Amino acid sequence: MLIRRVIPCLDCRDGRVVKGVRFSNLRDVGSPIECAGAYEAQGADEIVLLDVSATPEGREHQVQTVRAVRETLSIPLTVGGGVRSMENARGLLEAGADKVAVNTAAVDDPSLIDELAGRFGCQCTVLAVDAARNQDGSWCIVVQSGRTRTGLDAVDWCRDGVQRGAGEILLTSFDRDGTRSGYDLELLAAVTHRVSVPVIASGGASSPEHMFEALRAGADAVLAAGIFHDAKFTVADVKNFLARNGIEVRQ
Amino acid sequence: MAGKTVAVLRTGVANVASVLAGLRRAGADACLVDDARSVEEADQLVLPGVGSFEAAMTQLRSRGLVEPLAQRVCADRSTLGICLGMQLLGSGSEESPNVAGLGVFPERATRFDSCVRVPQLGWNFLSIDSACRLIQPGCAYFANSYRFTEAPVGWRAAWSDHGGRFVAALERGSILACQFHPELSGAWGVALLRRWVTASEAEVVEC
Repeated sequence: MLIRRVIPCLDCRDGRVVKGVRFSNLRDVGSPIECAGAYEAQGADEIVLLDVSATPEGREHQVQTVRAVRETLSIPLTVGGGVRSMENARGLLEAGADKVAVNTAAVDDPSLIDELAGRFGCQCTVLAVDAARNQDGSWCIVVQSGRTRTGLDAVDWCRDGVQRGAGEILLTSFDRDGTRSGYDLELLAAVTHRVSVPVIASGGASSPEHMFEALRAGADAVLAAGIFHDAKFTVADVKNFLARNGIEVRQ
Repeated sequence: MAGKTVAVLRTGVANVASVLAGLRRAGADACLVDDARSVEEADQLVLPGVGSFEAAMTQLRSRGLVEPLAQRVCADRSTLGICLGMQLLGSGSEESPNVAGLGVFPERATRFDSCVRVPQLGWNFLSIDSACRLIQPGCAYFANSYRFTEAPVGWRAAWSDHGGRFVAALERGSILACQFHPELSGAWGVALLRRWVTASEAEVVEC
């Protein structure tokens, strides 16, 4: 039985870990190397490192950060944020990323997913999706850190991405992100029922209960940032709670 | 014996940075190699594997590495195959039906059943044949869509389950083949790498 994963997310801006609400109002949390090491020690199953730098200069920190984190981290590292091209992806993989997540660039040019999966394999290719709820109850894709709402249906886009070779979906609810009101369980159920690859739930977690709900709704992994950055709960706290409630975790 | 040099075969598309860092954490000096002579002469060799079966075999063939690799493993010289690097030891894979593997053993890799999520991305428990020396019980990180469902004769095996039992790892003397990624399997994985790095010489004598 594959074990459900608990994944701390490090949003990095200019080489520092930051935390914001709905992709804005960022504040400093610490060094990515120290944060990643602390979370591995707490029992994290994987680390996701997303670059949220606003400028190309800020992004230049990303490869150095990946290289430094890789040297000490002995669990998988997924890297995304601003990945625009095969060259970006190659640079990150060579620096020590195990998986690369694409988001806006894949919406602009979906063939990027085919190219990444063809070159590096589907197990390296993560499709990061930011989904916002429409008034009719469906979800659309938002890009550019939520600044642009597209007409693309989120479930259809996830299916398209998987057909193109994405090996995993990192599914963020734009409405819930940073709100601490729990994952969008309906979005999770809609996507997990329609794709064959693992789905990581993201956006809105503030308690172990939220993570339990997401896993019960079909998520293969749960991702969170603020809950861990604020030291409100450790990864071990979350895993103890999940284990007590019948979900198999790595301890 | 800490401080030994381990040669890691450059396969072009693999996450060699993680493999090199993992070996360093296990106490070995790791270097990248890409020629037949290194494959023949390295005291210890790692065959990492990410990407498709066909791409990997094509690359090995174009560099004249197929024979040296197969001979090395058949001669029980210390070698570690990771993920696709394990599958390449077999006769072929459902992933690339017309491409022959290294043929060290006759088993053929097949795709996971469609009743489970594919690729298998994440941690899975291992159950171990009692005779295993390097592999110990634990939890390992996998990233694969294909796997062996039978262990070849003469090899000790570790098993996991994802829509049915599959081979998680194989060992024979100082040859270790892992379907999972020891370099990404936390402290358990580092300990396994350290056992492979340090145990090899004693094991070679036994073989």
